[in-house]
Amino acid sequence: MEEALVEHGALCVLIADDSDSDRMILKTLVTRQGHDVIVATDGFEAVEQFRAHRPQIVLLDVMMPRMDGMEAARQIKALAGETLVPIIFLTSLSDADALARCLESGGDDFLSKPYNRVIIEAKINAFNRMRLMHRTLTQQRDLIHARNRQLLNEQEVAKRVFDNVAHTGCLDASNIRYHASPQSIFNGDILFACPRPSGGMHILIGDFTGHGLPAAIGAMPVAEIFYGMTSKGFSCEDVLREINQKLKRILSVGMFCCAVFIDADFHLNHVRVWNGGLPDGYLIRRDGRRIALPSAHLPLGVVSPERFAAEVVHLRTEPGDTLLIATDGVLEAENEYGEMFGEGRLRQVLDNVDNGLEAFDALMAGVGTFTGTQRVQDDLTLLSLVMVASEQLTDLTNGLPQSALHGPVSWQCSYEVSDKTLGHFNPLPLLLHICMEVPGLRRRSGEVYTLLSELYTNALEHGILKLSSAWKNSPEGFGQYYAERERRLAEVDGHCIRFSLRHTATPTGGELRLSCADTGDGFDHQIWHPVGERSGAGPDSPDGVRYAGRGLALLRRLCESLEFVGQGNEVEVVYRWDFSEPRAQG
Amino acid sequence: MAIQTRRSDDGRTLTIKIDGRFDFSTHQSFRDAYEHGDQKVSDYVIDMSDTTYLDSSALGMLLLLRDYAGGDAANIRIENCNSDVRRILTISNFEQLFSIR
Repeated sequence: MEEALVEHGALCVLIADDSDSDRMILKTLVTRQGHDVIVATDGFEAVEQFRAHRPQIVLLDVMMPRMDGMEAARQIKALAGETLVPIIFLTSLSDADALARCLESGGDDFLSKPYNRVIIEAKINAFNRMRLMHRTLTQQRDLIHARNRQLLNEQEVAKRVFDNVAHTGCLDASNIRYHASPQSIFNGDILFACPRPSGGMHILIGDFTGHGLPAAIGAMPVAEIFYGMTSKGFSCEDVLREINQKLKRILSVGMFCCAVFIDADFHLNHVRVWNGGLPDGYLIRRDGRRIALPSAHLPLGVVSPERFAAEVVHLRTEPGDTLLIATDGVLEAENEYGEMFGEGRLRQVLDNVDNGLEAFDALMAGVGTFTGTQRVQDDLTLLSLVMVASEQLTDLTNGLPQSALHGPVSWQCSYEVSDKTLGHFNPLPLLLHICMEVPGLRRRSGEVYTLLSELYTNALEHGILKLSSAWKNSPEGFGQYYAERERRLAEVDGHCIRFSLRHTATPTGGELRLSCADTGDGFDHQIWHPVGERSGAGPDSPDGVRYAGRGLALLRRLCESLEFVGQGNEVEVVYRWDFSEPRAQG
Repeated sequence: MAIQTRRSDDGRTLTIKIDGRFDFSTHQSFRDAYEHGDQKVSDYVIDMSDTTYLDSSALGMLLLLRDYAGGDAANIRIENCNSDVRRILTISNFEQLFSIR
């Protein structure tokens, strides 16, 4: 509009004075300075003129007929709204109270009569500067408001997309409790849980560096990889490696994700935990004893795949044991004095709980009391996972879409993994994938995966690596077992494991014959007794529950038949399914 | 937030000293501290004797410096950390990437 003109000095100035001579003098002075002048002879007219012409600066006589300067000032300020229209009172008053009242009514300054040309010019210039500064600030504020609104809208859209990617999890399982802000993704926090085809679950809790969209961007591929690979049966190490290499490749240097990965197995009741950069997690036993799970690795996305370490901590658990994992938002929650909650207070809270089941509520309450009620911990994420017997978890669905398409019914194949490949490749996802082409088997992916994975584990760990399952009878031996497994696996060579799969149709469904042979020495299967059947507990198990050897017992329960072939280095199982609903697992 | 830099007499070692909180607000000055150095610098020392606190974006900045200084070949020492700072570096396992004393 006319603002361009204004920048170059010419302003529209309203002069209101009932004295003709004073008005003429002032008009002449202001016009000579290059401004456009409009005039009014009283307050009422001044308001009308302001309404019609929107002058940028107003000079008002205080005492005028019909409406005095103070009332006119009030009305003009009200009309001007947010725009700053400087009002300068023209007065011969010298009474301090009267002058003060002028300013209270909305005036910005005085100009005393008789007029001085230099002062008038200086005041108009000064107020023009103030006016322009005010205008700039207002524009910037409006721009910031608009941008912020836009940003929030964009975040809302991004969040909806993100929720679509990440929603399929099993965070609502009965043994999981968590706190995460609905906007936590924009604090860089992530929390995913996904059932494994074998019946356990994977959980990933993480914290990206930074805030806002940059922190949220990395979460998308992490969710895709986590859910995709976990539901296809990949191991936690495989998923971790894939996430790390993806983040390393796509994130800028300096961005990374501190995370804890939990692989919970409810059949065998053990957990495997990987901690890269998050505060100590805890496994809290039923009796309140706790085991710290400190960070042992660099965060995800920092080092190249060759240097990445996916080693996990193995822990044997019992139903009722609880895992408690928090992002550093818990430790860094601040109270009104700017103090942080810290590890000391966290341990104090945990010292006072009798068992893991209380830990979640106790910690939430502890942080809440510490920070005061005003802020409900926006950027902290807390998770507790209670270990349960697998029968108790019937509500886990794998969410895989059911297909109405007809798939292959009669087929067979064999697949052999040999030599060093045994040490670093997990063939289970591939084999599961082949079986899942049969629509009837797709609904039983959990059972099929269990068959494949128990056969494979048996062949690899006992057949080839010659690990003794008796080790797993004690907590120390349990850790030793897995350490030894890693060591022997790294050196394995000259061996192979061969899977043969054969599927045929039956009148009511189908039959899957799986055999798994290894090049180990086998064992004397004549003396093998499955746990809990036949002779019950063996002599090596005073408590009546033998830990190891459960795998084969599980197979026997799921299958029509289980047979050892040769010297015990080949196992063949027959699994039948029909078109009725799948039975509950376990 | 104060960041001071000092060059050794032979010009090969650049010491960056961070006072107070080392967090996102330090981002630009920390970058300026090493990016305007000349090519002669081969060793970096991060002096944390007066650093009170470190957040995850500071960890990111350390990674940026490491990248700038040659990645795996970078020669960076982090010195005089207080226990809080040390704890954060330890949780993130940064001793695998930096020499921390």
